[in-house]
Amino acid sequence: MKVVLEHLTKRFPNRNKGGADVIAVNDFDFEIPDGKLIGLLGPSGCGKSTTLNLISGLQKPSEGKIFFGDLDVTKLEPEHRGVGLVFQNYALYPHLTVEENIMFPLGNLRGKEKMTKQAMQEKALEAAKLVQIDQLMARKPSELSGGQQQRVAIARALVKTPRVLLLDEPLSNLDARLRLQTREELRRIQQETKVTTIFVTHDQEEAMSISDMIVVMSAGLVQQIGKPQDVYDDPKNLFVAKFLGTPPINVFKGFVTGGNLYIGEEAVLEVPGVPDQDVFVGIRPEGFILDPQGPLTLNLSGVEVMGRDITVISKHDFCENVQIRSIISAENTVDTGSSVVRFSLKPYKVHLFAADTEERIYFGSQKPLGNKLQA
Amino acid sequence: MENRSFKGWLYLLPAIAFLGLFMIYPLVDVFVYSFEEGYNSASQRYFGIGLYNYSYVLHDPYFMQAVKNTFILVIITVPVSTILALLISVGLSQIKPLKELYQTVFFLPYVTNTLAVGLVFMILFKKTAYSDGLVNLLINWFGGKSVDFIDGPYWAKMFVLCFYTVWIVMPFKILILTSALASVNQDYYNAARVDGTSKGRIFRKITLPMISPMIFYLVITGFIGAFKAYSDAVALFGTDLNSAGMNTIVGYVYDMLYGNSGGYPSYASAAAIILFAIVLTITVINLSVSRRNVTYK
Repeated sequence: MKVVLEHLTKRFPNRNKGGADVIAVNDFDFEIPDGKLIGLLGPSGCGKSTTLNLISGLQKPSEGKIFFGDLDVTKLEPEHRGVGLVFQNYALYPHLTVEENIMFPLGNLRGKEKMTKQAMQEKALEAAKLVQIDQLMARKPSELSGGQQQRVAIARALVKTPRVLLLDEPLSNLDARLRLQTREELRRIQQETKVTTIFVTHDQEEAMSISDMIVVMSAGLVQQIGKPQDVYDDPKNLFVAKFLGTPPINVFKGFVTGGNLYIGEEAVLEVPGVPDQDVFVGIRPEGFILDPQGPLTLNLSGVEVMGRDITVISKHDFCENVQIRSIISAENTVDTGSSVVRFSLKPYKVHLFAADTEERIYFGSQKPLGNKLQA
Repeated sequence: MENRSFKGWLYLLPAIAFLGLFMIYPLVDVFVYSFEEGYNSASQRYFGIGLYNYSYVLHDPYFMQAVKNTFILVIITVPVSTILALLISVGLSQIKPLKELYQTVFFLPYVTNTLAVGLVFMILFKKTAYSDGLVNLLINWFGGKSVDFIDGPYWAKMFVLCFYTVWIVMPFKILILTSALASVNQDYYNAARVDGTSKGRIFRKITLPMISPMIFYLVITGFIGAFKAYSDAVALFGTDLNSAGMNTIVGYVYDMLYGNSGGYPSYASAAAIILFAIVLTITVINLSVSRRNVTYK
């Protein structure tokens, strides 16, 4: 089932009388293709959970429409939308067993759809097997680990074969290790059931790793939509560039004169076709090449050897980050006795943004999304 | 280890001393009195030891009347007040405008003096030479005959007593239940809503189990409180409850000690021990019933 959001907007009245409305979601326009896994990504307060609530029907939009397939569900109550919702805290009923929890949505069916207890149990077992908790059916939620509880929540959301599966921060209550494992699991379940899935997260790594597409949001506005790698390689603006990637992108203040990019006194890169102006320069950690004759000089403060690669930690007066992290291959050796380190840059890992609008400025062979970027 | 447990007891000593002196000693003492026949508190003498006190109390028609009254009171007021409080709390939790005002209104009886409330009830129900009381006016208006609720037939008096008791115990229950309802995580309701759960099923399958520990607490304390009823009856029918036929067990104990027919601590003790046995039995039954129906997280 494809999900279409048309100019979706949600305003909340200001708490103070006469204050401007708070716009949680602003003109969200997006068609989610059938059977895909979509990650809604953004810092807290960016409107991603509100978007999810609008799709589930728990909140009603101020403007805009929502379609499931060709059906306009904007005015439909949540119970008639056929969505499965997994809450951040799972919201498992503590007084019911795992089986009763999974069966709970089936017990709501009335009339022709009404199921016998046996049919419900079979259906519940099927869902439980899918998430591999069929051994735990008789337990209470309090007797389960966090990861198991989450699987129960997913099984409960899936048992009615929803048209759309919605997950609100599904992994945030799990420890780091379990998170890695569970996100793979989530991917597997989604691919097996082929149900259109939308999940909300503030963790960019999580979204990048399992989503077919990610939607980056900030302050109620959609910043960029695309395949995770595309969005990472080709951020549309400074916010997206900063938000994606660990370690984060290194942002410098610079300017362009005569087709050359300057950071401080140094001309670090040729940027043909860019008019003279002040810019923000975003350089991905993997965009540095250790080069004794390199144009960019940084004040070395330390080196972290991680085995596979080396992280060079340095500082620069024009850098917005407290520390500049550059990741280079472990085959390089950095002279830790020196107070400076010099780099040359990989042009396709350098992104320019206008100093005023923070929008992306393309240069040289860089082209907007859709074309694979190559140096 | 030895040393630590010694320290523990040392810290508990003040509490134990007070509890022992003012709770356990009197309890044991009452138990002892109840077997001492004809005990006189002035001379500290008694005639013998045996079950005569119990036999006397159990054959006293006033006591049997008090037991009957108390049981009727308990059986009617505990369920009625709990269910009413539950309905009102659920209602309160679902309205938005003026919620605080309603909560205050429903809580007012709790902070009002029992005797003052009794006075108001007298005005509402009492038949005097000048007026039949407000309630009777209403009854007349609907075409009924006036009933003397304070000095009239037994059922009328019982009705007023139950009405009054329910009214006086409900605020506390509403307070407890509204806060219990408010503490149920909204996500449970949202989850149920998304799954298309009907209001009735949400109430039965989610709300009730979630607040069942609080309901159970209210039922147990409600039973105990109702068995110990006394001041309510006094507020309505005055201190001579025996002649009004509206005495309660605690009222009987009081009368035996200090009332007009008083001065019999042995009988009072026996009656008190019987009350204790009744309350204990009921509470044990409550506990065993609840073990099956109450879910703690």
